[in-house]
This record gives sequence, C-alpha cells and structure tokens, in this order.
Amino acid sequence: MKIAKLIILAVVVVITACSKPEKLPYLQMEVVAKEVDGKIVEDTTFRTIPDFKLYNQDSAVVTLKDFDNSIYVADFFFTSCPTICPTMHRNLFKVYKKFENNPEVKYASHTIDVKYDKPSVMKAYAKKIGIKGKNWQFLWGTRDEIYALAERNYMVYTKEDNKAPGGFAHQGYLILVDKQKRIRGAYDGTVDEEVKKLMADMEILLKEK
Amino acid sequence: MRKYILFSIYLTTICSIIYSCQSSDEIEFAAYKSNGKDIYVKYCQNCHGANGEGLGELAPPLTDSVFLKENKQQLACFIKNGANQPMVVNGKTYHEKMPTFNQLENIDIAQVITYVTNTFGNNQGMYKQETVENDLKNCK
Repeated sequence: MKIAKLIILAVVVVITACSKPEKLPYLQMEVVAKEVDGKIVEDTTFRTIPDFKLYNQDSAVVTLKDFDNSIYVADFFFTSCPTICPTMHRNLFKVYKKFENNPEVKYASHTIDVKYDKPSVMKAYAKKIGIKGKNWQFLWGTRDEIYALAERNYMVYTKEDNKAPGGFAHQGYLILVDKQKRIRGAYDGTVDEEVKKLMADMEILLKEK
Repeated sequence: MRKYILFSIYLTTICSIIYSCQSSDEIEFAAYKSNGKDIYVKYCQNCHGANGEGLGELAPPLTDSVFLKENKQQLACFIKNGANQPMVVNGKTYHEKMPTFNQLENIDIAQVITYVTNTFGNNQGMYKQETVENDLKNCK
C-alpha cells in the first residue's frame, strides 16, 4: 500500500515536472464572489503599483509612467548599509548585466535613508557599482512616500531602527513587476539560487503578452 | 572477516600516526582559518564578496597580496576602527568608508586576518591573537 502511494506520488512529480509552468503567479490577487442576475460570479482583481512621483540619481522626476512597456525589479536599500544591501546589489548587478541591452527591463532601487542618500550620493554609488544609462533608477522621495510604497505596495518590511546595523532594518527582497504593474514574484536578493530563479522568471515574463 | 578487522585496525593506526604528526601549530593554523572563514562570511563577505573580489569601486578586492603584505600591521586597525582614508588597491583608488567592527574580539580579528591572508591567492601564514593586540596599539 505504502509503495503504491509512493509510486503515485512519483508519477505526479514527474508529470508536473514535465509540464513546465510558463506563467508566473500573481502575488496580490483578490477573488470576490458577486451575484449577477441571480448567479454567483467570481470576479478577479489584481492589485497594481499606484502612481508615484520620486526623484532619481540625476534629480529628475520619475513616475510610474517611466516604467511603461517594461518589466522591472524593485528593491529597498541604503548606500551606507553595512549588511545585506551590498550583496543584494552585487546580485542585482548580475541581472542588470544579463539584460543590459534589453530596453524592456528596468530597475527601481528605493533608498530608505532619505536624509543621507540624496540623489548626488546615489549617483556616485550607482557609478561605483558600474551602472550606466537610465534603466536602473535610484529613487529618492520623502520618508513617508518611500515607506508607504515599501509596506503597502511592494510588501517589503522597512523601518528606522537604531539597534539595526546602519540604523535601518529592512528585507532584501527583489520584487518583480510586470508591464501591467502587477507583482509577479519576490526573491531574496542575498541568496544565489533565488537570484537565478529571478532571471529565469524574467525571461518567462518578457515572453508574456 | 578477520582480514577486514585487521585491515581496519591497520588503517586506523596509520591515520592516527599521520594525524599526530601534524604539529600543534598546524592544527592551530587550520582552526584559525576555519573559524576565520565563518567570521568572514558573517561580517566581510557582504562587501568583499565570497571570493574576495570586492564590489565595483565601492569595496576593494582582497586579492592584492602586495597590498595585504605591505599593510599587514594595519589590517587589525582597519577591521576594529574602520577606515576612511582613500586606499590604493591593485592600482585603483577606493574612497568609500569601511565600517567599524569593534564588536569583534582580538581572537576573532586574528582568525579572520589569518583566513584572508591565506585565501584568495594570499599565502602569508599564521597571524596570532597576540599580534593583534600589538598592532592595535600602533593604529595610525
């Protein structure tokens, strides 16, 4: 009996492994049952990233429109971060290099240290990592704007915390957003395997219509 | 059966002879290096990378064995007190500040320096805890 179960399980695993999932999940999907003409109909809505107005490393205004017709990866960091950010950006830089010539791939790194990380500081930081061009935006805004975006929309925990190294506690997630501004994946930017998964998922997302 | 028992006894004897031949210095060195690696992963790898490759122009690589040799007496100071002077490593100048790691004890510093100066293409041998104490008195 036990063996039979195991065999069934193995078959299921093999079948699911063969049919490669080519569609990424929606991370913030809401299904509401509504009554229409006496029938129960399920209505699916997707939460999207709302419009924002922030400043980039050139002190130019950046809004959500700048990410139209492209997929993008968002993260939260600060330039003087002694812990996870260097690893996160080392890994994201690998992703950036991979899609360097693809104008449909962009990046949005939000600083959570708005007092120190002025656009000029972030410009120097970007240059030192080796970033050229405008596909990778380093975004600056007021503390409330950035923290609200992080927690309410990108679902990344950020907090000013004197006890944390560097003064801020935050998560190192890389958030993948599709062309319709829906979140399609979250990856730990400090783990090599997850970053590889991100790159693979970006290929899948780019093929999506 | 007898053959196997005899053979395994023989093997154990040979192994223990080889093992005890390792001098206590070598064992200490190996222990320093392996503990040093753990400390490196926890505190240094974020910026300097898993292979000591550094990070762009933000963090210098640890693969310049000339720099590490010439500045060996200062390494403990860099770790304990941080560094905010520009450094020339591998012909490139690095301007970023290095954070302080004053929570590390002398033994930790000795172990991590032993690890770094004997990995990534470096081969400088043992760096003892007592040397850390001395070097920290002469920080610039």
